[in-house]
Amino acid sequence: MTAEAVEPRASLPLVPTRAEQAQGWRAPGQDAGWLNPIRERFLLRLLVRKELRVRYRGSMLGMLWSYVKPAVQFIVFYIALGVFLQLSKGTPGYAVYLFSGIVVINLFGEVFGNATRSITGNGALVAKIYLPSQLFPWSSMIVALVHFLPQLLVLVVGALLSGWLPSPTSMVAFGLGMVILLVFTMGLGMLAAALNAAFRDVENFVDLIVMVATWLSPVLYRISMVEESIGGTIWWWLYQLNPLTIVVELFHVAFWRYSGPVVDKLPMDPTLATPGEPFGLWWAGLLIAVATFVIGTVVFERSKRRFAQEL
Amino acid sequence: MSPNIQDVPESAAVPTDREMVRIQHVTKEFSLRHDHSFKELVFSALQKKKLSDTFLALDDVDLTVHAGETVGLIGFNGSGKSTLLKTISGVLFPDHGRVILRGRVAGLIEVGAGFHPDLSGRENVYLNGAILGMSREQIDARFDEIVAFSEIEEFIDTDVKYYSSGMFLRLAFSVAVHTEPDIFLVDEILSVGDEPFQRKCLERIRELQAAGRTMVVVSHELEMLEKLCTRIVVLRKGTVIYDGDPTEAVATLRAS
Repeated sequence: MTAEAVEPRASLPLVPTRAEQAQGWRAPGQDAGWLNPIRERFLLRLLVRKELRVRYRGSMLGMLWSYVKPAVQFIVFYIALGVFLQLSKGTPGYAVYLFSGIVVINLFGEVFGNATRSITGNGALVAKIYLPSQLFPWSSMIVALVHFLPQLLVLVVGALLSGWLPSPTSMVAFGLGMVILLVFTMGLGMLAAALNAAFRDVENFVDLIVMVATWLSPVLYRISMVEESIGGTIWWWLYQLNPLTIVVELFHVAFWRYSGPVVDKLPMDPTLATPGEPFGLWWAGLLIAVATFVIGTVVFERSKRRFAQEL
Repeated sequence: MSPNIQDVPESAAVPTDREMVRIQHVTKEFSLRHDHSFKELVFSALQKKKLSDTFLALDDVDLTVHAGETVGLIGFNGSGKSTLLKTISGVLFPDHGRVILRGRVAGLIEVGAGFHPDLSGRENVYLNGAILGMSREQIDARFDEIVAFSEIEEFIDTDVKYYSSGMFLRLAFSVAVHTEPDIFLVDEILSVGDEPFQRKCLERIRELQAAGRTMVVVSHELEMLEKLCTRIVVLRKGTVIYDGDPTEAVATLRAS
């Protein structure tokens, strides 16, 4: 009790004591933390709608742009790698193979990039009015999912055309892939958003990671080629444990691996089979994703009190 | 534009004994760094030099606000009025001490901060109502009243970017005064719009006072505050130098 007499400021708890809470006291800005997006669904929906409206203001093609961009990307990669580097020769259904990886990386890039900029981008709000700041990265994730849907549709149609049929295995692989991808990317996104409020260098660094991501997971080439080059080394393990590698492989299992041409050619080329079929290292991916999400949430929660003054 | 002093209604606030806001030993320090980069950070760490100067915006402030009171905060620029208001709203957190409160708080810290120019008036009413803590049902129920108060019925489905600045502020103010919080934080907004609208705003403030709402008002309009408030706090360089009778408070600030 002597300490309290000497330093009364330090002894005051930030959050009201239980007795005070019983009388209805609370601290301003005290909220449900990572549960906010669930509690504040109405506000979250309005923020998502705002972002979608603002994104396509004054644009004639509007949502069509979310078809055009991946289409161009796909054509360029297909011509450069599939035709010129002749990757499509050894890989049956290379177009589907390529596109199922591209949609993963695109979703990763959009969620990660948008979430990173979500606090600084909404600076006017964050600095002036109190609202649960968790809503910003979450709304940017939902916006990214809205843009992902048309790409997914194209992927499904393409896969059907090349002799693929949906199966329980493909559904499970797709579901696992989506969960791992979203949990992992949201964790990274919240971490980067919190750091970006203090240091704007972070958003450039994130752009760099997104750019490299296409090449550091088996999107353009096959994972068996990586094993041939660096198999047995620590790098091979790191490569395999990259959550994006795991998700891309799950998407391959979902949309490509069990399609007609691949199954037909499997006896001649056993490397077409995914390592650890059918779901590979999904448990490692899930573990890493959850750990990243926890770290991201903790860092975000700790630094959100400083957002208003750092902007 | 400042409101005509004869238009300002007498305070209708009825102070009670129930405490609504407790500000205890609140200290807030700002660092005056404007740019952050890794380079600066690394260099300052290497040279063991302090990166920035600090500025004490609030220095051990104690203040209790009771239900039904209208408390004015006055002081010269940089005295910490707005910072204090922001710590109550939850935008800023004190470095030392604490703020606790009872009931829902809504701030008119900056009218229209949550408005987006590319959305229509209607969408902005919903977005801002939600930002200020209203539920969908509450906004649905009050929507017509909000629009009627702002007097822009015919433009409600037009994008806000085509509004005149007066229309914009009227709609923003209208949303804010219809959120029905228990504690109302008002920062320099009573100078919004033309004279008839100002009179209407002041009338609305009076209604809220009569309804027993608690208010904390920051303004440079000393005469207006003198009439509206039940109590005025004078801040200087982050400390409270006077707390009490409005007329005395204004005299204290003018004398300092």
